[in-house]
Amino acid sequence: MEYALIPLLPFAAFLILGLFGHWIKDRAHFVAVPAVVTSFLLSMLAFLDVAGGRQTTMPLYTWLQSGDVTIALGLSIDRLTAVMLLLVTTVSSLVHVYTIGYMQGEKGYARFFAYIALFTFSMLMLVMADNFLQLFVFWEAVGLCSYLLIGHWYERQSACNAATKAFVVNRVGDFGFLLGLLLVLDSFGTLDYHQVFAQASAYTSDTVNLLRPFGGEWRVSTLTLICLLLFVGAIGKSAQVPLHVWLPDAMEGPTPISALIHAATMVTAGVFMVARLSPLYNLSPVAMNVVAVVGGLTMVLGATIALTQYDIKRVVAYSTVSQLGYMVMACGLGAYTAGMYHLLTHGAFKALLFLGCGSVIIALHHEQDMRHMGGLKDKLPITYWTFVIGSLALAGFPLTSGFFSKDDILVSAWSAGALGKTLAVAGLLTAGLTAFYSFRLVFVTFWGPSHVDPHHAGHVHEPSKTMTVPLIILAVLAVLAGYLGIPQFLAPALPGPEGTGGHHEGGAAAGIMIVATLLGLSGIAAAYVMYVKLPGLAESLANQWQGAYRLSFNKWFVDEAYDRAFVKPTFHLADRLWQRVDVGIIDAAVNGTARGVAWFGWILRLIQSGQTQHYALGMILGAVLILTVYLLT
Amino acid sequence: MSSFPLLTIIIFLPLVGAAALFFVKEQQARWVALGVTLADFALSLPLWFWFDSTTAQMQFTERASWITSPAINYALGLDGISLPMVLLTTFLTPFCVGISWRAIESRVPLFMASLLIMETAMLGVFAALDFVLFYVFWEAMLIPMYLLIGVWGGPNRVYAAVKFFLYTLVGSVLLLAAIIVLFFKGGHTFDILLLGKGEFTPALQSWLFWAFFAAFAVKVPMFPFHTWLPDAHVEAPTAGSVILASVLLKMGAYGFLRFTLPMLPDATVAFTPIIIALSVIAILYGAYMALAQADLKKLIAYSSVSHMGFVTLGIFALNTQGIEGAILQMVNHGITTGALFLCVGIIYERTHSRLISDNCGLTGPMPRYATFLVVFSLSSIGLPGTNSFVGEFLVLAGTFFWSKPVAALASLGIILAAAYMLWMVQRVAFGQRSEQAGHGTIRLPDLNLREMALLAPLLVLVFWIGLVPNQVLTPMHASVANLLDQLDQQEAAFARTPRATPDAVASITDHVSPVTHQP
Repeated sequence: MEYALIPLLPFAAFLILGLFGHWIKDRAHFVAVPAVVTSFLLSMLAFLDVAGGRQTTMPLYTWLQSGDVTIALGLSIDRLTAVMLLLVTTVSSLVHVYTIGYMQGEKGYARFFAYIALFTFSMLMLVMADNFLQLFVFWEAVGLCSYLLIGHWYERQSACNAATKAFVVNRVGDFGFLLGLLLVLDSFGTLDYHQVFAQASAYTSDTVNLLRPFGGEWRVSTLTLICLLLFVGAIGKSAQVPLHVWLPDAMEGPTPISALIHAATMVTAGVFMVARLSPLYNLSPVAMNVVAVVGGLTMVLGATIALTQYDIKRVVAYSTVSQLGYMVMACGLGAYTAGMYHLLTHGAFKALLFLGCGSVIIALHHEQDMRHMGGLKDKLPITYWTFVIGSLALAGFPLTSGFFSKDDILVSAWSAGALGKTLAVAGLLTAGLTAFYSFRLVFVTFWGPSHVDPHHAGHVHEPSKTMTVPLIILAVLAVLAGYLGIPQFLAPALPGPEGTGGHHEGGAAAGIMIVATLLGLSGIAAAYVMYVKLPGLAESLANQWQGAYRLSFNKWFVDEAYDRAFVKPTFHLADRLWQRVDVGIIDAAVNGTARGVAWFGWILRLIQSGQTQHYALGMILGAVLILTVYLLT
Repeated sequence: MSSFPLLTIIIFLPLVGAAALFFVKEQQARWVALGVTLADFALSLPLWFWFDSTTAQMQFTERASWITSPAINYALGLDGISLPMVLLTTFLTPFCVGISWRAIESRVPLFMASLLIMETAMLGVFAALDFVLFYVFWEAMLIPMYLLIGVWGGPNRVYAAVKFFLYTLVGSVLLLAAIIVLFFKGGHTFDILLLGKGEFTPALQSWLFWAFFAAFAVKVPMFPFHTWLPDAHVEAPTAGSVILASVLLKMGAYGFLRFTLPMLPDATVAFTPIIIALSVIAILYGAYMALAQADLKKLIAYSSVSHMGFVTLGIFALNTQGIEGAILQMVNHGITTGALFLCVGIIYERTHSRLISDNCGLTGPMPRYATFLVVFSLSSIGLPGTNSFVGEFLVLAGTFFWSKPVAALASLGIILAAAYMLWMVQRVAFGQRSEQAGHGTIRLPDLNLREMALLAPLLVLVFWIGLVPNQVLTPMHASVANLLDQLDQQEAAFARTPRATPDAVASITDHVSPVTHQP
């Protein structure tokens, strides 16, 4: 039962800070940090327990009972959960410590800690869920924390816009998730993971008639529909095409949460979900292929955009989009272990990169434009070296963690049929792009002449220890994570679909490793040539390939397209409906009726003149009328 | 317990209080009203604890002959459907008094008396077991509400009050006609429970169904009978808005549950597709309307249309999940929308404007207020962990069992809800307070103790229902099961039946299809 404390401690910290934050103020970290670090230690114990073969399940309480629908909540820790617990608590602890320095003196200091504690709680509950409903509840809860934290600097219009955008875009995903969940409930009569998984294989030929009860027949496989609907949720949360648009904007939030929420943990929830539900996905080849293709597209798109961005955080954000694509693609190809492996290594090195960005941003007084940086490597040596390690891992440089996990994905993809081979080639090319943009970032930011605002240039210095120590720890993890035997630990828990996995051809595997390494190195070399050796080259290339450059720089115009296709028409329609239908038709009809009655009353009043001759005339006319009718019929 | 007329005391205590108000000084009127409403709430609490959840029988019943010929009785009682409504009413009325403490400065005793008479009428509607008694209370509500809007309302109050009055009166007339027809065709009785067991020909049921519909749909309000609501809300004083949104709108849904479903089962099933269609339209249309509003009260009013669409959708899904979800959603809407109207009232007292553009960036000057506003808004959009999620989830589950495409359409409402609500929050709570338009000169003190006391209990309820909904759902089970039993065999097929195998599911699935399209 002590493992229930893993999520509860951060929650307690949230409650304390939420209720007494105005009094605790800048001492907030004394509450939040111990809570999260204790969670981390307990997670270690839980991990060792699971490694020793003991899985923990903790029923909590019956949340809801209505008719024959009963939903009980509970926690469970298995291999998949155990590694996620470690990832979440590790990164969260480091980010908590880092925040002490980063947010120092901010007026929302306690509020910020309250929210990241709440986030940590929600994320831990999400990975410990033992049923679909709990997964959904905390899926939305982490989204809420993300919303609140993106909008932390609420006076900034851009931050508020980004927060609302993130929530609404995620709601689109959750719309699919909710329907998928209802379909699970409808089909299986339960939302408990184990019961659903146990029955799933009996449902492979089950179909749903989508046109019921309107007549007509449109039958689709129940399992495929479930998987696809749930995946819509993952598309939203893990920023996959076409719902990736919220993640780059989410960089409006303070950098520590970009590291924690928008790189290492929350955005990987979609990948985690697909892995968690792998017993269902394995039964639906169609859904798997969709997952793989969406992941592949996201991987390529994210990387192409990252090539040309100038905002230091946006480069890393688009890189996150691309790397999430790798993970999702791996899951879609049945290589859940590889996907989860990359999720974990990425969690370490991407958190490192974001925190490194934060360190640069703080040193330059909240400057985020790479064009106003340069030459920082001597002034920020710790940041620089840890950043290089992170970038090497991201670029898949040999012997770093990213090298192993990315290689695992590409090799698995290559052995997964024709679709897998196509995606593996795309993955290899993207690896080259990845190396290029990550070292473009390194060279432009840390090398070359300084373009720093002269006002700040004099006193650029390394941040405090609370910020540098987490960087160093993450840098160590970014290298070590490749040697911890994570895939071996996870493999028994995440079997792929029948007849796949585990049989890599040795020759092909070696070939892919070599090609990936060469592409990575050439990417780094290209970045070196373009941004260090021949500084004018990048610009002239951009001029030469203007179409491609603008496409990349403007993020494939996806935001503009959505604005035209969805946002503006929605508001326009709302306004039109209100003016034309609600006011123009319905209310007009109501008022018209009232006016009609009043008019009728006015006419009647004319008749009631009180003059005898008028009444007499009426009587005569009436008599004539009746007589006429009588005579004619 | 049965001999003690607890319900009568609860219903008429406010009326006595209203009478007493004419004898007290203006300054004391507020305290008297608060005391009476709080006492009434305290008296109604035992109902919750003494209520026997295992039976569908009416409880706390009272019966006395009122008029002998025709036999009209003073009959009261509660079951699992009316109990939550009664408690919602007694719980919320003290808030209406509290929010009017400073906002109402003229004719305070009369205002408070109107509130109290209103409470008596509302409680009577939910507790009445005799159709004539019900109708008396039903009509009695109109007058104090008319006064609340027409006397203490905004600039356009007379138009709004008359519109409200006439709209509801048209429905009421048809309801009265239906009651009289029922009396003659249903064995010369006005007993609601007996009439629920009566059997009427399908043709008669159809007529009665639309007569009932006219009365109830206006109250809910269902599309396209909703246009009185925004006007009434905008012009009403805050307390009026709270009563209107939290309790009055529930009358229509309650009417469907208490009368339409049990008395007219065949017509209910026959017209279900139409009502479901109107509900889905209301959900989406209301949300679109809300998106276009610049006035906070109008925005929340249109969001009510959308939320009440979920309620009627759940009722007419005709299964346990749908109906229990609908009842829960009625309670939730009362709490959350009531709270949102309180929030609007609080800010209106400071800025004297309900326009979103006049109330920007409130987090800076009023952090506590912003926190409450954000939480209630999140509850309104059905965030898990809050009350509305449970209701919406059950309604959508019930609808999903009935028809997947309909559930999918209705779910679009939750995306739109996030859009209009968060966009409002973004502008009101966040952003920077602009110094133009005289904003700089308005003082914006954060919530005082009275206002905190008004919002905090609602906040607790939001999470209590969200986290342990079972406690609120349990009393409903027996009554809802009984209600569904009353629908005959044809409808029973709609109810969710336990399924053992996928084949059984398929067979039920095909059987349910009301459109006789079979391969």
